[in-house]
Amino acid sequence: MAEATFRIWRGEKGSGGFRDYRTEVGPGMVVLDAIHEIQATQANDLAVRWNCKAGKCGSCSAEINGSPRLMCMTRLSTLPLDKPVTLEPMRTFPPVKDLVTDVSFNYRAKKKIKPFQPRKPDRPDGTWTIAQQDVERVQEFHKCIECFLCQDVCHVLREHHLYEQFIGPRLFVYTAALEMHPLDTADRVPELRGPDGIGFCNITKCCTKVCPEEIHITDNAIIPLKERVVDRFYDPVKRLFRVFSGSARR
Amino acid sequence: MGSIDVPLKAGGFGQTRRRDLWWVHPLAVFLGLSAFIVYSTWAGLQGAHYRFGPYLSPLYSPELWGDPAHALFGGKPSWFPSWLIFSPAIFILWAPGGFRVTCYYYRGAYYKAFWADPPSCTVGEPRKVYRGERSFPLILQNIHRYFLYLALVIIVILAHDAWDGFWFDGHFQVHVGSLVLLLNVLLLGSYTLGCHSLRHLVGGIMDRLSRSPVRKKAYDCVSCLNAHHMRWAWFSLFWVGFTDFYVRMCSMGVFTDWRIL
Repeated sequence: MAEATFRIWRGEKGSGGFRDYRTEVGPGMVVLDAIHEIQATQANDLAVRWNCKAGKCGSCSAEINGSPRLMCMTRLSTLPLDKPVTLEPMRTFPPVKDLVTDVSFNYRAKKKIKPFQPRKPDRPDGTWTIAQQDVERVQEFHKCIECFLCQDVCHVLREHHLYEQFIGPRLFVYTAALEMHPLDTADRVPELRGPDGIGFCNITKCCTKVCPEEIHITDNAIIPLKERVVDRFYDPVKRLFRVFSGSARR
Repeated sequence: MGSIDVPLKAGGFGQTRRRDLWWVHPLAVFLGLSAFIVYSTWAGLQGAHYRFGPYLSPLYSPELWGDPAHALFGGKPSWFPSWLIFSPAIFILWAPGGFRVTCYYYRGAYYKAFWADPPSCTVGEPRKVYRGERSFPLILQNIHRYFLYLALVIIVILAHDAWDGFWFDGHFQVHVGSLVLLLNVLLLGSYTLGCHSLRHLVGGIMDRLSRSPVRKKAYDCVSCLNAHHMRWAWFSLFWVGFTDFYVRMCSMGVFTDWRIL
């Protein structure tokens, strides 16, 4: 079997450094397999978060050769193994230990978003009827596995640390799933413009590129939400129309 | 929401652990857009060789003021400042230019290529301060839909120009230039009709599209074009420049406009 070098970030609470480990690699292996091999044979105390090994739990997010990816979905055959493979935790979140980060920011930010508020049931038995074509759009957003790679790659959080003013791509996807739902009646547009900070997004599409579920985050979630903000706050003709029509959402 | 500990220290400008050629794409965008800006500015300020037979360069269409024989409102207007270079393109180019500048695709592309904001994904930035599109001047990007309305009008005019390009002295003929103009309007139409703002306006704004079958169909059509918006943006940009170049070369006698049918 061939051998490859893995340059892994080891450290706690932000202090630490890279350490090299050599291990055998074979056909079909993914990065997480190599990490487990290293953990079993050379570094029993190596901290790594993982669960399903199938790209569905979103636990094993890390930066592989500088790119945010799931370790369980990155085949070694797609990486140049003639040089050390660098592995480090997601840089956007506070490090806990080795490859594990504290992603609790995302859960706190999620609590700020207005929850699902369905309209009154269509029938006396408390049920609704929804056309399949009306939910197709939001079903794409439900594929999200909350790996937070999109949050990690977003430069507004990663470079500028605007955690208090910007909820990030994952939570725009979550907002879009609620806001575009055919049953939902809540209005989240003022929050999008204000505390959620959608105006900070400058459409680099990095979030879309790293999404393991291939959700079109920018085109299908963020830009449509930006357009709803434009409707409400930046379109003078629509604003005038609402004034004369007496619409509440001015 | 509680505060968050600062994560691993961010790297300096251009720093990354990426191994791929991340700088190739922003460099290509920088060169492509710069080349078009230089050419279109030069061509737009020439004020000559923008017509050949039934062809009119898209950089000059519609010709509002210019050649008294063809322009809608006659020759150079008396109110036009004497210190400014006069060209019919001056009255036109700002509209499609504004549409492209405020386009969601181009915004993301030129923020990276011209402002390094960021240079590429997970690559260190040159500036610490970031305001995004929340404040002046970038908040003005929100007027994109108004440029869309103008761009839609221009597409209709360019379609008329393309039709005119098949008529030579009252006879229907197909020349190379006819096809160049036709392809130009097809590419520009695909780019304009795939606009994110149009997608929103025709149906994206509604959460229950099933109740409006016509809007649902329109939304699906625009979404189909929108899926390849970047491709249409580049193809149409290149072809607009080439169409002007073709008309210019024919007008200057450098190219022969071959008849096909």
